Amino acid sequence: MRIGDAKQTYEADEAIWTSSTQKFWFGLLLLILLLFPFMADSYLLYLGCLVGIAVISTTGLNILTGFTGLISLGQAGFMGVGAYTVAWLSLNTGLPFPVTLLLAGLVAAAVGILVGLPSLRVKGLYLAIATLAASVFLHFIFAEWESVTGGMGGLSLEPAHLFGLTFQSDFRMYFIIVPLAVLMVFAARNVLRTRVGRAFIAIRDRDISAEILGINLLRYKLMSFALSSFYAGVAGGLFAYFYRVVTPESFPLSMSIFYLAAVIVGGMGNLLGGILGAAFMTLVPEALKLLTAALTPFYPNAPVFMSPMLEIIFGALIVGFLIFEPHGLAEIWHRIRRFFRLWPFRN
Amino acid sequence: MSILEVSNLSLSFGGVKALQDVSFRVPENTVTTIIGPNGAGKTSLFNCISGFYKPQQGTIRYEGRELSSGIKPPKRAALGLARTFQNIALFRGMTVLDNIKLGAHVHMKSGLLGSMFYFGAARREEMEVRREVEHRIIDFLEIDHIRRQPVASLSYGLQKRVELARALAMRPKVLMLDEPVAGMNREEKEDMARFILDIREEWGVTVLMVEHDMGMVMDISDHIAVLNFGQVITEGEPADVQKNPKVIKAYLGNSDIDSLRKKLNPEVEVA
Repeated sequence: MRIGDAKQTYEADEAIWTSSTQKFWFGLLLLILLLFPFMADSYLLYLGCLVGIAVISTTGLNILTGFTGLISLGQAGFMGVGAYTVAWLSLNTGLPFPVTLLLAGLVAAAVGILVGLPSLRVKGLYLAIATLAASVFLHFIFAEWESVTGGMGGLSLEPAHLFGLTFQSDFRMYFIIVPLAVLMVFAARNVLRTRVGRAFIAIRDRDISAEILGINLLRYKLMSFALSSFYAGVAGGLFAYFYRVVTPESFPLSMSIFYLAAVIVGGMGNLLGGILGAAFMTLVPEALKLLTAALTPFYPNAPVFMSPMLEIIFGALIVGFLIFEPHGLAEIWHRIRRFFRLWPFRN
Repeated sequence: MSILEVSNLSLSFGGVKALQDVSFRVPENTVTTIIGPNGAGKTSLFNCISGFYKPQQGTIRYEGRELSSGIKPPKRAALGLARTFQNIALFRGMTVLDNIKLGAHVHMKSGLLGSMFYFGAARREEMEVRREVEHRIIDFLEIDHIRRQPVASLSYGLQKRVELARALAMRPKVLMLDEPVAGMNREEKEDMARFILDIREEWGVTVLMVEHDMGMVMDISDHIAVLNFGQVITEGEPADVQKNPKVIKAYLGNSDIDSLRKKLNPEVEVA
């Protein structure tokens, strides 16, 4: 329970955490994230890294689709651009990973701006189709521009390195991926609580009003595309360092749909929703596999029955969550928080 | 002196002539009202002034310079032309405070990178805007109790007030209000009339409004232009406009002039 949060300054009123309770819980979360790799086995560590990458990419797509209202099916394509940028740079230049990741983000952002150009004229599903076309086009480039992308065989790259340190194991990659994910979520939070983010939301809610307030629609839509694909590019770069091989098949169209689903399941226009959605979409299929394994001693036929069923169960879970809570996982979380606001008194 | 001057404006959609040769002026630091029956072209005129429609003919002069069709709505906002809409056009997903802050968008500078880091210049700017919004606008319009609420949860009257607040955050020179009291109860109307007068007097802002509520129009306007079928019938002070036979005819046709006189001029009835 927390009561009495009177504020003396506007700075305190507009801070991300407005009470010490919130700071405490966030500190605890950071501590768990820090200690996690020392406790987890290699499988959990692998999943942790995957969730981290997914969180970055989903946050990017959430900015574009959830906050600016522009539906995109190009997220996997932008991730591919980032991944190929990192792979090419590490093969040809030997730059350390912070530089290659930054460049991956920037190249993806530039491609994102190009893809976003039609967004001034087309909206909604039409824009989704335009971005779909762009991602098919990108996929074609990945497969055919052999001198740069290595064609269908793709590129293999060296582990990430910095100051003579190489990041070969999942354990070490975790310490790149997760802090970066935390930082990037915070950067997104900052954008969304200031001038630029308000303009994004204004465009989503009512674009004519936004224009009358002096918001240049094209400029801000492109900015949102750039920011979103920057996130995708960095996530793709991490993906490249994590698997150390990049092929055109690494970034299929289904991956774009995966991220869009993560945003919708988590809660559109809610950063926490993007995080929860990314975790849900990554972990639930794995959990279902574990469930199958756990059932095998009792029902020896479980793998035979379950393996074709996994996708169906996963899909049914998504539909179930959407019916149960159309505003996404974030809303469930908010409801839990509201319950504890005055707990143990009235609720 | 006129801050806004419309000359010979014509606008048509296909065969429909929305505005024909419309000329009128908005004297500086007045409350100027455009009245006229439904479909007379009042909102079309507003849309021409704020840059959404491109008139086929005529000029709009603002502070002595011509607003050509190359000057798009965002630019006109930056020049000091703010407006509200007939059907409320707030951002429903946001709180009252964020809606009002959006009004200050053109007066802020933070870019994408500055916003990402937040601390430093971006935060300073945010706090300046917050202070201004709190001290000058939220306090003035008496909406401090709802600043944290999402606008979708507010009553119609309050939403109208928030829209006015957002327009004021644009630091306008000319404030265009499209039916500011439509659908309000008497108390809300009186509040709104008081705000409009205060905006002109305390803020020195010129108000240009479209309104159907004749009682309010006659009470608070300094200058009135009457529009009918896309043409200006007359313009002038409220007392003159009220007596103009063409205005009476526009509102009621030829018959029953006496009852309309009473409607336009309630004091006569009381006396």
